Amino acid sequence: MKVRFWGTRGSIPVSITAKDVRAKIGAALRVARDRAATGEFPGNDVEIERFIDDLGFSVSGTYGGHSSCVEIETGNEDAANEHLLCDMGSGVRAYGQRMMERYGPTRPQTYHVFMSHVHWDHIMGFPFFTPVYIPGNRIVIHGCHAELEFAFKRQQAAPSFPVDFSLLASNIEFDVIAPGETRSVAGITVRNLKQHHSGDSYGWRFERAGKSVVYSTDSEHRLENAEETQLFVDFFHNADLVIFDAMYSLADAVSVKADWGHSSNIFGVELCQMAGARRLCMFHHEPAYDDSRIDSVLAETRRFEEITREASALEVLSAWDGLEIVL
Amino acid sequence: MELGSRQVNAITVVAPKGRIDHAQAPLFQEAMKPHVAACTINGGPLLIDFSGVDYISSMGLRALMLIARSVTAQKGTVAIAALKPTVREVLEISRFHLVFKVYDTVDDGLIALGA
Ligand SMILES: [Zn+2]
Ligand SMILES: [Zn+2]
Repeated sequence: MKVRFWGTRGSIPVSITAKDVRAKIGAALRVARDRAATGEFPGNDVEIERFIDDLGFSVSGTYGGHSSCVEIETGNEDAANEHLLCDMGSGVRAYGQRMMERYGPTRPQTYHVFMSHVHWDHIMGFPFFTPVYIPGNRIVIHGCHAELEFAFKRQQAAPSFPVDFSLLASNIEFDVIAPGETRSVAGITVRNLKQHHSGDSYGWRFERAGKSVVYSTDSEHRLENAEETQLFVDFFHNADLVIFDAMYSLADAVSVKADWGHSSNIFGVELCQMAGARRLCMFHHEPAYDDSRIDSVLAETRRFEEITREASALEVLSAWDGLEIVL
Repeated sequence: MELGSRQVNAITVVAPKGRIDHAQAPLFQEAMKPHVAACTINGGPLLIDFSGVDYISSMGLRALMLIARSVTAQKGTVAIAALKPTVREVLEISRFHLVFKVYDTVDDGLIALGA
């Protein structure tokens, strides 16, 4: 299995600004200046690429600003025309473009979308997902919310959008799954777990051929509820990858932002350690955080994992638009 | 959980020991109750001596948050002192150093709290 992130920002899409770009260029040039003083200034293109790699991600790259959208490439040859996706935040627009480049308008595909919930940041990309306009495509929207269909249709109803849902040319189905029910989709076993969030949300666990990935976003953890914690430990058990809502610091999550429906890096590490998971990928980044802030949260979270490690190491990552993880 | 406590002038110094993990956190919270209740606008300040604490988990930190909240509501004063280096790191990573006044040593805390 391969996981590809198309949108990783929480609550609302954000974009880096001219000021941010200027700061990155300035930081890069200052490093180059210091290198030039020691005679190590990058000369040819290979050296320039290496120089960029050495700058650090918050200078050479960006975590990106699209709201939640994650692709799960199943690797199942028997279902090569079936695609799995979690949520349809603004990141799904670029995903749709990639699929159009790959398959064009004449090779119909099936897209299985698993919805954490129907808050706006998780559905807003749907009207910009080009495959929904192409006849022959099949879009199956899976979720545990009874309002699934209503939420998608309302988003596109006048006066909020020019094209009504009824005019979409693909075959769109809504599949309301009971909480706790296990499904087999495109050769993948899919389980869900109800999470604490305004209007409820659901985590999804995907398994195939001994590999497993958990998508658990927009999920607040009430630390005092030991039974609830155990449900998540079981749900994350031995997962190869846990994609986790680490939007807030622990101090904020248990005080001023309690009941806002999100979790922290600290509890993400603790849950994954208790569950014996292999990788934690922090997700649903706070829109107020810039690249260097997310970078330092990542460094601190890795340090926390190191301090608290008892058994085997947990790899800690921070999701960015474009990140691929091979399981 | 055993909490050693002593009085330095008006200041109550309590000293939890060992690991404040998921199992110990509720016991720590319970043991702190009388000290927290006494830490009001009229009662003396409360200084938590962390020199004997080896580890604190999110549950332990949550217990600290509840202590801070109660004390603030009573207009009392609570602070932490003498954290072991890794425990201090955990407080910083979780941003709890923004919730509590943290002193390097118990003596520093006592002086700052007006002993
Ligand atoms: Zn969200
Ligand atoms: Zn939400």
